[in-house]
Amino acid sequence: MRLLAALMIFLCIPVAWAGQTYTPKLDIGKGGQCVEDPQSMRKNHMHRLKHQRDETVHKGIRDDKYSLKNCIECHASTRDDSVIGRADSFCEGCHRYEAVKIDCFECHSSKRKTVLGKRE
Amino acid sequence: MASHSPLRFKNRLFYALLAAGGLVVLMGAYAVHLMEDQGHIITGMNNQIVWGVPHVFAIFMIVAASGVLNVASIGSVFGKTIYKVRAPLAGLLSIALLSGGLTVLMLDLGRPERVIVAATHYNITSVFAWNVLLYTGMFSLVVIYLWTMMERRMNPWSKPAGLAVFAWRFILTTGTGLIFAFLTARQAYGSALLPPMFIVLSFAWGLAVFHVVQTVIYAWNEKTLDPAILQRKKNLLGVFVIGSLYMVATYHMTNLYFAHQTGFERFILLDGGVYPGLFWWGYIVFGNLLPLLLIYVPGLGKTRCVMAASLLAILGGFALLYVFIIGGQAYPLNIFPGYQASSSFGDGQIAAYQPSRYEFMLGFGGLAIAFIITTVSVRVLNFMPQDKPYIAD
Amino acid sequence: MSDTNVQRRQFLKTSVGAAAVAIAPGMLLFDMAHGKSEAVSSKVRWGMLIDTANCADGCNDCVTACNKENGLSGGLSPTDSQWIRKVELKDMRSGREVSLPMMCQHCEHPPCVDVCPTGASFKRADGIVLVDKHICIGCRYCMMACPYKARSFVHEPLHDQKPDVPRGKGTVESCTMCVHRVDNGQQPACAEACPNKSILFGNLNDPDSEISRKIRTVASTQVRADLGLNTGIRYQGI
Repeated sequence: MRLLAALMIFLCIPVAWAGQTYTPKLDIGKGGQCVEDPQSMRKNHMHRLKHQRDETVHKGIRDDKYSLKNCIECHASTRDDSVIGRADSFCEGCHRYEAVKIDCFECHSSKRKTVLGKRE
Repeated sequence: MASHSPLRFKNRLFYALLAAGGLVVLMGAYAVHLMEDQGHIITGMNNQIVWGVPHVFAIFMIVAASGVLNVASIGSVFGKTIYKVRAPLAGLLSIALLSGGLTVLMLDLGRPERVIVAATHYNITSVFAWNVLLYTGMFSLVVIYLWTMMERRMNPWSKPAGLAVFAWRFILTTGTGLIFAFLTARQAYGSALLPPMFIVLSFAWGLAVFHVVQTVIYAWNEKTLDPAILQRKKNLLGVFVIGSLYMVATYHMTNLYFAHQTGFERFILLDGGVYPGLFWWGYIVFGNLLPLLLIYVPGLGKTRCVMAASLLAILGGFALLYVFIIGGQAYPLNIFPGYQASSSFGDGQIAAYQPSRYEFMLGFGGLAIAFIITTVSVRVLNFMPQDKPYIAD
Repeated sequence: MSDTNVQRRQFLKTSVGAAAVAIAPGMLLFDMAHGKSEAVSSKVRWGMLIDTANCADGCNDCVTACNKENGLSGGLSPTDSQWIRKVELKDMRSGREVSLPMMCQHCEHPPCVDVCPTGASFKRADGIVLVDKHICIGCRYCMMACPYKARSFVHEPLHDQKPDVPRGKGTVESCTMCVHRVDNGQQPACAEACPNKSILFGNLNDPDSEISRKIRTVASTQVRADLGLNTGIRYQGI
């Protein structure tokens, strides 16, 4: 009986945690109208990016609606022009919260291209 | 109580050995962690010498893993009893060496965390991709073979399983040889002689590894190998060593015969710095001539001599692979025949290579994995060869 | 037919025309803004013809331009990437000296593609040989197989890559023929930078392109033609 009670308490703890709704506050950059509705982007951005990456790399299709560069163009912070690097950066903030490693920016630039172009 | 103390000592020794092996594995893991973190810059490998010491270790273990099965094949396929009782040990060693070798090969990748991609994206024209199948196939086949030998009810199947393993390991070593044989642009490789050469080398190295392990197991169990069996097995080792010497000689001779490759042979055999030294002293003298003396000179050829000969043959194998893999890349590619070339990217120059300690840590880590698999398995399962009183067959 | 009818027709024609004129640039702009949405085809085969007679000994402009365009460090240590390099050649018999740029030869039958276990090394339909770094596992077999030593391995973590040229530690890379520029209708950086115009870039499959016409009229060679790889880069004067 005591065991069961203990188990119940244990089971309640995560629920209690989940009760305090903590969601990451993100610096969404310029923001504005996204290429899809935000909920679907939250859920499917990785699939869209992966699909676009294969199209671009192998077939040279540079339709940039779903390209990583296009994401960064809008969503890089207006302060440091990056989507990573800070706790509230657009990509990193959410990925930290979800504890999912981002593999993109080991190779890809995390900076807004228009700014990089201007600086040179 | 006094009679128990040697047993207790052995117990402690076993755990000490296991701990030592584990420590070497940990060192290898540390090297891998650093390579993952900082990149291959911490190794001696570079854009000219793209495969280094880890590949020497890995290829030795993979080739020996196939060769050690020779012992099993002579038993299962050709029905020789003294080899048949050794087949389980041979199978175990094959699995251990294959695991060690593949671990090294995999962890040396630039992106080891992506190794699963090798299974999801498959390029059928690539010898490497074939080898992925050959290695996994070999692994499962040997496991099945061991099962048919060690489970009494499965015994009737051990002959077909042995046959399958026999065929598979030939194809596997052919595949290993083909990795190099298909590199047509490089003077050192691109020869149809390489697959058979690797097969014969595998016989010698595999048997040498088998001898070493068997000798240690017999000593551990305070048993002595029947001198008649030792005699037969050392003669077999001698024949394999001579055979591999012949294949290596033929490989160099054909290169010497092709006019445009004399420059490369001159480099490897005469004036290439460390490579000729390793070839002549490491491979020819210590890896072949000395073992042959230890085996064939009358009065020698006892347990210790055969053990020493086997160890030397293994060292010789490492020396040969170092010369073959690294020396073969160090000699410049002949991109513009008839011209002397120079550039910022090493055209026309001998490439420099200084192996770093991390490469050795990774290589020895692989050997330690093979060691641990063997030690633990030999202790918990019955791999000890059970000889009946020797009858020549 | 009444006059009004003709007038009406005229009006319709003009307004449709005007609308087309008004919309067309917008459409074009839309196309530009959203990049190219068509796949490359094998009707095109990109290639280069390099005139070694005009390639000045000691000039490094193509290499510098490549490094700048692709964000390479320009370092020359054996672990640094070099996508293009100047090779100085000396004929062993006559002593004639030649200088030329060497890079990925964009073979029709590339050995790097044959040996790649995962298919990360691939040839695009338009003949450009690339590495898909998303599936490259860093085994370096392609570097062993390349007869031209065209490839480099990224030995260290990188930072501040160019947005158009992603590069990263643990993968193999080489000249991309500036694929991101070519897809935008531009020339590769090296061809544009050459002060003597000795790198001619164009479509080998179009018989009327400048490169095809020149290849028909002057003697050109492929490096290591004996291997039968049918390279996309051709050289004059060696």
